[in-house]
Amino acid sequence: MGAVEKIIPANLDQSLFDQWFDQRFETRMAERAAAHVPSLSIIATKGTMDWAYPPFILASTASALGWDVSIFFTFYGLELLKKNLNLEISPLGNPSMPMKVPFGPQWLRDINWKVPNAVMAGVPGFEKVATRLMEQTVKNKGVATIEELRSACIEADVKLVACQMTVDLFGYSPDEFIPEIKDWIGAASFLPIAQQSDVSLFI
Amino acid sequence: MMSTNATQSLDARGLNCPLPILRTKKALSDRGAGETLAITSTDPGSLKDMQAFCKQTGHELVSSDSMQGEFVFVVRKA
Repeated sequence: MGAVEKIIPANLDQSLFDQWFDQRFETRMAERAAAHVPSLSIIATKGTMDWAYPPFILASTASALGWDVSIFFTFYGLELLKKNLNLEISPLGNPSMPMKVPFGPQWLRDINWKVPNAVMAGVPGFEKVATRLMEQTVKNKGVATIEELRSACIEADVKLVACQMTVDLFGYSPDEFIPEIKDWIGAASFLPIAQQSDVSLFI
Repeated sequence: MMSTNATQSLDARGLNCPLPILRTKKALSDRGAGETLAITSTDPGSLKDMQAFCKQTGHELVSSDSMQGEFVFVVRKA
């Protein structure tokens, strides 16, 4: 009490004051918005080649836009942090995955092979073949490899954090993973990061 | 020797999303403020992505042209 009366005179014109305040408030808010660095936090939970793309594409792009980015790798997502990336893709139980061959004449490339689940499950090495074909398609189309996108993330200082519990659960050894992992943490440490983020995604 | 106004060029042809943007960002980081970079790409998605990239980062998209399946962007670093 008292301090407000000292700076606001008794004969204050309320509407003029409101007008001044609104303008000032808007300017200040615009300044704050301009100075704000957007942030993105991603939870990466999948360890197949197809599911490795979304977190690394979004993270590398966000960092190119100047955002602060963190990715929390948990469960199968930890595969994406291995020194030797050996990611495979499984068409089994994935009816939306186009099955096309990335070589030969165009008419052959255009055929979407509808392979029955029983065949995919029964033929040994079917996933290996599907993975090789996908890698060739990625190369043909000029899409980045997972290694390239991961390097781009590391270069851009994307914070890669890994789930400690998963390592214990699956019996991984720490030296299987890239040294750029910033920290080994748990849910209680990641949630406050997500809380402070403008965008938070579970992939 | 001064080369501040020389336009550096970046060939992003054949690359797909998000590589043209990542390469652009990298090439711009080697340039000084006010310098320009010309980027050539073939990814149709880069047309909108380059606008969004410049809008977000504050770099100026000086021009954006498409001809015969190729896109040419000129970006001035903020």
